[in-house]
Amino acid sequence: MSQDELSRQIGRRSGQVIFAIAFLALSALLLSQIGDQTKWVKKTKFFAQPRFWPAVGLGGMVLFGALHLWHLPRRKLDRFDRNEVMIWAQVLEYALWFMAYVMLVPLVGYLPVTVVFMPLMVWRMGYSDRRLLWISAGLGIVIVLLFKSLLNVKIPGAALYEYLPGAMRGFFILNF
Amino acid sequence: MDLLLSGLDILARWDVVLALLTGSVGGVLIGAIPGVGPAVAIAILLPATFSMDPIVGLTVLLGIYGSSMYGGAIPAILINTPGTAVNALTTYDGFPMTTRGEARRAISLAYSASFFGGIFSVICLMLFSPVLAKVAPMFGSREIFLAALLGIILVVTAHRRQTLIAAALACFGIFINTIGLEPVKYSKRYTFDQSFLSGGIDLIVVVLGLFALSQAFFLLQGEDEKTRINRLKGGLFQGLRELARHPRVAGVSASFGVLMGMIPGVGEFTAQFMSYTYAQKTSKRPEDFGHGSSEGLIAAETANNAVPAAAMVPLLALGIPGEALTAMMLSVFYVHNVVPGPQLFQNQMDFVVALYLALLILNVMVLVFLLFATNQLIKVVKIPNRFLGVAILTLSFVGVYSLRNSVTDCVIAALFGVLGFILKRLSLPIVPIILGMVLGGIMEVKLRAGMARVKTFPDFFMDGRGDDASLRPIAVILFLLIIAVLALHVRRAWADHKELKEAKWSTKHSSTHIGAQLSRRRSFILAERGKKRRAERSMLSRRSTDKS
Repeated sequence: MSQDELSRQIGRRSGQVIFAIAFLALSALLLSQIGDQTKWVKKTKFFAQPRFWPAVGLGGMVLFGALHLWHLPRRKLDRFDRNEVMIWAQVLEYALWFMAYVMLVPLVGYLPVTVVFMPLMVWRMGYSDRRLLWISAGLGIVIVLLFKSLLNVKIPGAALYEYLPGAMRGFFILNF
Repeated sequence: MDLLLSGLDILARWDVVLALLTGSVGGVLIGAIPGVGPAVAIAILLPATFSMDPIVGLTVLLGIYGSSMYGGAIPAILINTPGTAVNALTTYDGFPMTTRGEARRAISLAYSASFFGGIFSVICLMLFSPVLAKVAPMFGSREIFLAALLGIILVVTAHRRQTLIAAALACFGIFINTIGLEPVKYSKRYTFDQSFLSGGIDLIVVVLGLFALSQAFFLLQGEDEKTRINRLKGGLFQGLRELARHPRVAGVSASFGVLMGMIPGVGEFTAQFMSYTYAQKTSKRPEDFGHGSSEGLIAAETANNAVPAAAMVPLLALGIPGEALTAMMLSVFYVHNVVPGPQLFQNQMDFVVALYLALLILNVMVLVFLLFATNQLIKVVKIPNRFLGVAILTLSFVGVYSLRNSVTDCVIAALFGVLGFILKRLSLPIVPIILGMVLGGIMEVKLRAGMARVKTFPDFFMDGRGDDASLRPIAVILFLLIIAVLALHVRRAWADHKELKEAKWSTKHSSTHIGAQLSRRRSFILAERGKKRRAERSMLSRRSTDKS
């Protein structure tokens, strides 16, 4: 490793080794399963084999992934790499928020969940300004009206709407 | 002329006009907000456009694609933060102009240059269309396979100093595309007996994860930036007059934009780099570049806005997208059973002309909108980053969930979102994954079809057999181009390697060698001496404890 090599690297240095190792390990693991997960069909041309393109993809992943790892200016792990992985892990919280939103929409309804989710998430991000919380709730309503009511995007009516009386039930299922 | 009229006829519908208006104004707004960008917006809106007519849906997406760069110039000039990635070069000369009190001049010049670039490229393509219509049918399965292969190689080699990981990620895209039930022999590939993997991984789910969700995570994880923007006083028409004083720079930059846009995988950055270098080399005041040069600003903005129209050429004529945004648009075509490629140019030329006309009209609409609404528009720059992140997260749900109402799709999108976030943190390229997926699918189908009657390697470039055999010129040209691109890349990589080695040796003079040798010798002697001393002490201590 030299200073020139380090200065030529694009982007942050911490985390590069971990990503390269994980990518290579996953690629090698998937490639090792190729016999099990794909078929070699008799009396079929080489380029038409079902195994051909997965082999190209995985072979390339292993080859270029290994070369990338070998080409990295620093291949030892240090505490900065660990810190970087912790930052990656922090993002899982937002992924969980997103999944909670996804799970709740078919149960409670697109409009109510969005109107609650947006201000809640804004509050979680550290904004306590009431005006911003109201704006986020308003934006939630606009998003639902635009996509579900106006553009008729395919989002099913919620299970909770089934308990609404008479015509309101159909109206809510169709529009919100 | 008839084609023009029939193209206009396709556009003369209220829903198309509304789509043009929404796309162009929306695109400018999205471009002006740093951290959103056209890729995020197009990814989110894709499923919504599936229920529309192909021309309406494509007009919205084209509107966003073609107008976002106009909007992206605003924060680039006013606060030194590019609104979209391709406006990065605009900051070089735009922001110094703002610091010396010429913000209005810079903004006006950027609009005028973008407008010229956009109009120039559309007119060029309309003039080229008859030629393209003649050339496109010469592309059979083998030529399209080679063009897709060339596209993927160009995308990989365009990532200088990151070629290896770009290649690995492109292969990752090719692999993802193979997951699921294989359509010819009906065998399962990498499904691990999971039913949700049998149908394969949808391109749009991956696109939404890698572009929209990852951007939301990136913004949520980051911090807000404080921005101060002053109102622009006076009109913005002066830029058109100033642009007229630099016809050479504008013309050459727009031509670079058209040429680079047409080549898959090359795009805006190369076009901008080439036109900026040209403008600097031929300028009477090259020292002004990077310090607020109007020619630099014209070169950057004209080149980047000439690309969107040109990038539609490989997509429409061959069905090969050259970058992520056109790859997303390809899915709109597929959903409506409109297959872009030579057949489209032969049978539905009016549709192609309508798309070009839509691009032409949208450039005029955007310019008029910006000339009058810039002062209101610049307020969007102040939206806090994390608030934007929440909005993108909420909007991403619409995109993913409305596809098939599948929770599994959302989980896959979230996983790709995390992967995209990691790639963004490490500044690794995302686009090769998407192009690997799209071009990998095209290559698989076309190679299978193309190799059906091929026995030996030379047969690949021939039609027929024996005395009736004739050469396929396009296939030969494409093959030679692939060899040339690879050879050039190897040459460049070798030159880089040599340069690095020279730099290493120039800082490593002979005294450091002697120093290192002395240091190693000293460590060895100390270690040996240490061993001897320890041995002596251990013997001594043994003697002292041995009482027998």
